[in-house]
Formats: sequence, structure tokens, C-alpha cells
Amino acid sequence: MSTKTISQEIEKQELDSDQQRFAELDKIIAANKGQAGVLINVLHKAQQLYGYLPREVQLRIAEKLEVPFSKVYSVVSFYSLFSTELQGEKTIEVCTGTACYVKGAADVVSKLESELGIAAGDTTEDGLFTLKTTRCVGVCSLAPVILVEDDVHGDIEIDKTAELLDKYK
Amino acid sequence: MVNIRIDGLDIEVEVGITVLEAAQKLNIDIPTLCYLEELNEVGACRVCVVEIEGEANLQPACMYEVREGLEVRTNTPQVIRARKEVIELHLSDHPFDCLTCAANQNCELQSLAKQHGIRELKYEGDRNQFYIDDLSPALVREPSKCIRCRRCISVCSDIQEVHIYDVIERGFDTVAAPAYNESLMDTPCITCGQCIMVCPTGALHEQDNKAEVWEALADESKHVVIQTAPAIRVTIGEMFGMEIGSLVTGKLVAALKRVGFDKVFDDCFGADVVVLEEGQELMERLESGRDLPQFTSCCPGWVKFCETFYPSMLDNLSSCKSPQQVFGALVKTYYAEQEGIDPKNIFSVSTMPCVAKKYEAQRPEMNDSGQRDVDAVLTTRELGEMIKEIGLDIKNLPDEEYDQPMGQATGAGVIFGSTGGVMEASLRTVYEKLTGERLEKLELKEIRSDGFKEAEIDLKDGRTIKAAVARGTGKARQLMDKVVSGEADYDFVEVMACPAGGCVGGGGQPIYSGRDKWNRMYEDRLQRSEGLFKADREKECRVAHENPDVKKLYAEFLEEPHSEKSQQLLHTSYQDRQMYTHEEQYAEERKS
Repeated sequence: MSTKTISQEIEKQELDSDQQRFAELDKIIAANKGQAGVLINVLHKAQQLYGYLPREVQLRIAEKLEVPFSKVYSVVSFYSLFSTELQGEKTIEVCTGTACYVKGAADVVSKLESELGIAAGDTTEDGLFTLKTTRCVGVCSLAPVILVEDDVHGDIEIDKTAELLDKYK
Repeated sequence: MVNIRIDGLDIEVEVGITVLEAAQKLNIDIPTLCYLEELNEVGACRVCVVEIEGEANLQPACMYEVREGLEVRTNTPQVIRARKEVIELHLSDHPFDCLTCAANQNCELQSLAKQHGIRELKYEGDRNQFYIDDLSPALVREPSKCIRCRRCISVCSDIQEVHIYDVIERGFDTVAAPAYNESLMDTPCITCGQCIMVCPTGALHEQDNKAEVWEALADESKHVVIQTAPAIRVTIGEMFGMEIGSLVTGKLVAALKRVGFDKVFDDCFGADVVVLEEGQELMERLESGRDLPQFTSCCPGWVKFCETFYPSMLDNLSSCKSPQQVFGALVKTYYAEQEGIDPKNIFSVSTMPCVAKKYEAQRPEMNDSGQRDVDAVLTTRELGEMIKEIGLDIKNLPDEEYDQPMGQATGAGVIFGSTGGVMEASLRTVYEKLTGERLEKLELKEIRSDGFKEAEIDLKDGRTIKAAVARGTGKARQLMDKVVSGEADYDFVEVMACPAGGCVGGGGQPIYSGRDKWNRMYEDRLQRSEGLFKADREKECRVAHENPDVKKLYAEFLEEPHSEKSQQLLHTSYQDRQMYTHEEQYAEERKS
């Protein structure tokens, strides 16, 4: 008779999946090691694998590539496309370029923040949405603009944002 | 050679130098902030901008190479205005707690502001507010005072090869820090303190332990003793404007007695004991051929470096504690017994040229006397401040003698403060014990390509001792790689973590703000080392095993090197330290 508890089983499965991903990560590192610009390439691929770059992943990359951890984090924290936190399934980006800003982007951000119950930059508890602000997306005639999963929505009206988000739930 | 003109003055200079260096030849002092000769030439701060004929914008003098016919102006109204503007912008994101700052009156940013007559703050806006990291027992980081000059990054990465710091985040949030701006306690920082020596502001400084020492001195139930490290006697004078490397042993003792210490002892006595213990160990290893080379273990920065980066070599580290800890363990046992003092009432202070010694004294296992072996560690800087606080100038004090029974030391103990000194001191004794003859002079020859030194000592019975000395952990890394790969077959290796001459250039030594160019630190240490070797020559007794007080210690208390008692009190063990594991638990242990 097995005396294993459910939580132990879950822990084991998580561990297995962690190890599988680490094995995958090690393959990526081995395939890229020695090439020019290797650190950014590996970080990029690791982010595709994990969805973000947790501390342990950065440490593993540092160790295997023989690059200081301080250097790895320096690169990760410099580029806005790298994230050290788990991202939601869908990303909402509010344009805060000049035209959108003039047309009330700040209000759009605070409306979305209160609707989702998170601050810009964070992810909802159910892991569905990450709210971000972004620089000019280049469709100023549609200001204010938001992007959801790369779909462009223009002429955003504050009282219709809830409706818009419902389509993505 | 090329001909250039700076501020209307013609000069012929060598190819490859910068405008800044060329100007220095003409005694034109272009102000700098991030620049540190040979170490950090990155053009990050923009304080040194000058006008170059033909260039549309002002150029940083520290980065701009000379060329034939170059015409430079360093003092036009436009240059002066721009320079001032740059300083004002640096000030706009700097906390204004100069009066209580560790770098007060020794800050390069403060000096620049004064030099440029800045009397008001032109720009008011956001200021970065970071947590002060004071978890490490040795160093304190105040990132809000960081001006992003990158000197700490350069010294930690390029010279020491420990790589704790890098530039993190972006834009306004940028700061030089460990990954995630974590505490130094959570990094493999070896606490050498070289980053403190190069920081132009108060963003990096040592843990200040003066208050607890004053408190103990004021407590009448406490018997407060102090041990002075070898390298303090050649640097404490500098805190009072004396020439670099001035040997002021007697004045140092006089000052400490006036500060109120009950007994003033010489840590070189501890060093002499280390020579005997470590020498015995070396002879045993040479006999058995096991765990060679033997590495010295008196430098706590090096010990932590070895524990962190070369854990497979821990058996090769001498198990003997450092002079500070040997001394600490003896003060609360041997000395307490001799004087009939309850060790609980002894407060044991050491003054060291070092910040890693603060960390070492706090290592949980350093309590073999039944108490903390050393209660508080003061750097040369802190000690200088304490002497100033009671209104004394060391220059005006008479020469006084160390107290007994732990005040007498040989020349061997004194040279521990300079690179190569520990090895020379040990070999004087080992050579004499093995050959029956005196070792006259130890010639170390520099191995140019490697940057570390080697010596071979003929034991005249067909055997030789192959020895090597490395200073700076970057150089130690090269040496270690050779040892690990088997390429080098040394018997005895001395490593000092500090690159500028060992303890004479330690992280706790006086800082020369704005003048402490990197190569200048090397010149300083030559003068300081010379001071120590002078002290060695002046000593009647220059071999540790002939120190009458050490002989007495063994006769009355320890019996002999590696006796059961000395093993228990004077020897220690090391541990494999994982990198970047959270050492908070360690910090907790330390507090309790």
C-alpha cells in the first residue's frame, strides 16, 4: 500500500516537469554556447520555454554559460521584453504615446486597473490578463489605443472597456 | 609621438594616450568623477567634457585619444557651464545627508560640488530611494548614493573576478548592484572591501563598530583589550596627515592607551603563533606528501573565496586560524588565566586594515574560547576617527610600548601585513627547523606572464619547497586553475585577497578621495610595505620560534604546536559555500 499523499504526488509531478524543462533548457544552452551574442539568444529561448525568466532559470543559465549571475540579471533587467515574473495568458497593452496620452490614456490605465483589480505591470490572480503600458504603437489617428493579444482597439471609450475585456474571457 | 595643443599650450605626447592624460602633463587638472586610471575608463559621468576643435559636441577627456594636430580647450565658458550642469544633474538624484554620511569630507561628488561653487540645487525632481543593505557583517551598501560610475563593478569583476556587481535596471532606475539588488549576504561577496576603496561617494562603506567599542570602554565591569594588526602601524599616521607608509608603532600604542583600552597588544604576536602552527602543518604535509600545496588561511577574504569558488581544495587550506582569531582565542583563555580575569568580562577588540575581518570575527564557529573570540573589529579608518574623537593627533604623541604578555613580536609577525610576508615568515621557521640553518633572504621572482610570484627553497638534502604568492583574487583564480589542473606543483601557496600589496592595501585602509587613482594605490602600498620591512629589520628577533613570549605561551599553556589544546583553540574547519543561496539563516544565527 502506498502511503503517499496527494500533495506529495503533486509535488513530484511538479518536480518532474521542472526537471524536464531544465533538461530542455540545458539543450538550448548547449546548442548556443560559444556563439556570439549567446546570452541574449539563450534568454530569449528560455523565456519562450518558461513564459518568463525566474531566478532559478537565470542562475542555471549563468552557471552553464559561465557568465556571472550579475551579468545575466543586468541584461534581463535592461530589456523590457524580458520578464522576471510569470505573465498572464493574454496581455493588455495601453498605449501611452503622446497622442494617446493627450486623449486620456492615463484614465484608460486607471479604469483597467480598477476593473482587473491589479496595477499596471501585474497579472490577474486567475493568470488570464497581464496589464502593461507601452510606447506609441503608430496608429495615433485611433487614439486612445489599446492592444489585447496584438489586436488593436482604437477610440477607446472608458465606459465600454468592461465589454471589450469580456470578449477575451 | 604627436603634437597637440591644449588651452593654447603646445605639447608633444605619445600616441594612444587620452586628452585627460595629456592635460595632466601640462598640469591642467580636468575634473573627473567616474574615471579611475587603468581600472575604470568608461566615460560614464561626463564631468570631464572638453571642447575639441572640429567636433560638434563636447567630448569626455578620459576617453578621447590624442592625434596629430589636435586642439583642445578645457576652460571655455561653454565647458565650465556644461561641467557644472553635469554635476548639478548628478546632485539632483543624490540624497543630501552629507553631514551624517560615512564619506563626509572624503567624497568626490562633494568635492566637485565645492570646487564648482554650487550653492543651490537647480533641479528638483524624483530621487531614487533604495533600501540600505546592512545585513553583511562587513559592508554596508547605500544604493541611493550610487552615482553609477561603475568603479565597484570594474574592481570586483576585472581585478578580483568575483563579479558581485553589475548595472541593473534601466533609465532612472539604473543602479550598480548585485542581481535583483539583493543583499550582499545573499551573494558570494568575499567582503574584501575593494569596492569601498574605489567608491567615490558614501554608497559603499564598512559596518561601523565604533559605538559598541565606546560602550565597552565606558563599562567599568569590562576589561577591554585591543590587538593591532601589522599593517595598521604603517597607515594610521596617514589619517593624521603623515607621510604614506610612516612607521608609528609607538605612537599607535600611546593613542590606544589614551582612548582607554586596558591592555594594548600586538597582533604580530598572534602572527608568530600562526607561523609555528602553520609551519608545523606544512612540515607534516611535506613529510606525508598529502594535501599539497598548503594554502595560507590568514586572509578571511581569500578563505571565503576558496570556500565559494574552489570547495574541492578546502583540505589544502591550512586549518590554522588567522592571527586575529588565534589572538582572540588566546586572550579569553591564556591571558584570562594568567591575569585571573573572568573571560566573560573581557571585551576583545582588534584593529585591522580590513573589512573581511569583521566578517571573520562573526563566523559562528569562531567561539572556541567559550565566548566570541573577538568581540569587535575596527578598520584603520574607524580607529583614526576614534583617536580624533578624543581630540588627539597621533603626530604629537610619545612612543609607548605594547603590554605584556602578548605584546612582544618578531619581525616575522610584522611582515604578515605585506604580500609575500606570511610565506617568508613561515619559511624562515620551517627552513631553520628542517635544515638547522638560518634562511637569510627569500627571493621571490615575478613570473611575468602570470602576475604572481614564485620561489624555490633548497632544503640541502635533495628536497626543495616550491612556493607561490598571489595577491588579489583574480590572480588567485589563475593560480588555482593551474593547481587544480595539475599544471603547477607547488608545496606552499600564500594568497592575499587585496590586490594592492595585501593588507597594506586592505579594504579598511585610509581612502584618498579624488586622488586614489588605481595605480596610485600600488605606489602607496610600496611605501607602506617598505615601512613594514623596515620594522622587521629593526627587530632583534626575526624568526617566530625565537619569540620569548611565544616560547612561554607554549611552555605554560599550549605545550607544542598541534597539541590537543592548540588544535581545539587555534584551528578551524571550512565549509563548501553555495553561490547565491540565501544566507539569511546565517544572519539570524549571527544575531542570536
